[in-house]
Amino acid sequence: MIKGTVLINSETCKGCELCIVACPQDSLSLSQKINLRGYRYVELSQDNCTGCTNCAIVCPDAVITVYRQSKQNYKKAV
Amino acid sequence: MPEEMLIDEMQCVYQKPGTLTDEYMHYCPGCGHAVAHKILMEVVEEMGLQEDIIGVAPVGCSVFAYNYMNIDMQEAAHGRASAVATGIKRVRPDKFVFSYQGDGDLAAIGTAETIHTINRGENILIVFINNGIYGMTGGQMAPTSLFGQKTSTSPYGRDVAHNGYPLKITELIAHLPGAYYVTRQAVHTPNTVRKFKKALNNAFEYQKLNKGTCFIEVVSNCPSGWKMTPKETLTYIEEKMLPEYPLGDIKVPTQNKN
Ligand SMILES: Cc1ncc(C[n+]2csc(CCOP(=O)(O)OP(=O)(O)O)c2C)c(N)n1
Ligand code: SF4
Ligand code: SF4
Ligand code: SF4
Ligand SMILES: [Mg+2]
Repeated sequence: MIKGTVLINSETCKGCELCIVACPQDSLSLSQKINLRGYRYVELSQDNCTGCTNCAIVCPDAVITVYRQSKQNYKKAV
Repeated sequence: MPEEMLIDEMQCVYQKPGTLTDEYMHYCPGCGHAVAHKILMEVVEEMGLQEDIIGVAPVGCSVFAYNYMNIDMQEAAHGRASAVATGIKRVRPDKFVFSYQGDGDLAAIGTAETIHTINRGENILIVFINNGIYGMTGGQMAPTSLFGQKTSTSPYGRDVAHNGYPLKITELIAHLPGAYYVTRQAVHTPNTVRKFKKALNNAFEYQKLNKGTCFIEVVSNCPSGWKMTPKETLTYIEEKMLPEYPLGDIKVPTQNKN
């Protein structure tokens, strides 16, 4: 499977959980920690992200940056 | 493998558009306004319109849209955004012009301006955020509030005998000859967001060709006004909003005679 990952800006996340609902891989969850504004923020909690961008697309606050393995690297790896 | 190394080997496939400012948005967690702003600005970036577009912000929760959209913007008095956009477009026909308005703004206090702007076929885009409530002022009933919807001014639920019917202003204005492209979209799932993005693309392409008014309704949420968690609003949209406000194109260019 194509491998991906996300970078989450924990300080602008408002913990709305819409990205968690949108993730088909169940890769995200709310942290127990809170950010400076008092929100529990989202974290990548499983190593199974495919870089599909669903979470980032629905995030109201543009908190998430998504990376995906290029097709070339994917071929090299398999 | 450390995360940085992993990222080095990967391509960035999604990031915040450069057409949004770094300002922290004041919107409540999970608010559809913020998604709509972001997607609108993604389209502006992808179509290379940043220097060539002027937006008009409404009164309502999105009154500060100009702080977030990194383009030229003008604030309008409550309900008058489409009239202000008319003036801007007539003075600067070389620019892309849009108004961004809530349901209280566009379909209550601004009904006259909305109808006459579209009836004149002004060559602008109107983005209409329908969250079925007055979000900014504390969750009062809007013309678009649903049957039975509890708001601060309809605490027992919207009652037709007393409050009339939910106003489907989008269907109403689609009858006007000046309306070129009329569609209803949403932003609560990845797929609806992708379709909204396509609709924005269409609208700006039509504006380039001077086709007349394009109108995109966005069925949105208001977690605070609806007194729900953002997650609960997703179900409410699917089960309550969409049956009343079904998604899809209402008027497409092939239906136009001109
Ligand atoms: C002339 C005038 N009348 C009333 C108000 C109060 N007011 C501010 S925003 C608003 C309604 C906003 O609702 P909507 O357009 O749906 O925006 P939302 O906050 O839901 O996005 C009202 C009635 C005002 N600012 N000016
Ligand atoms: S959608 Fe965005 S703001 Fe909401 S919890 Fe996820 S990352 Fe945070
Ligand atoms: S990119 Fe896709 S798989 Fe990865 S966390 Fe986001 S939604 Fe889940
Ligand atoms: S009150 Fe409603 S519309 Fe306004 S920012 Fe909060 S959730 Fe969004
Ligand atoms: Mg509203």
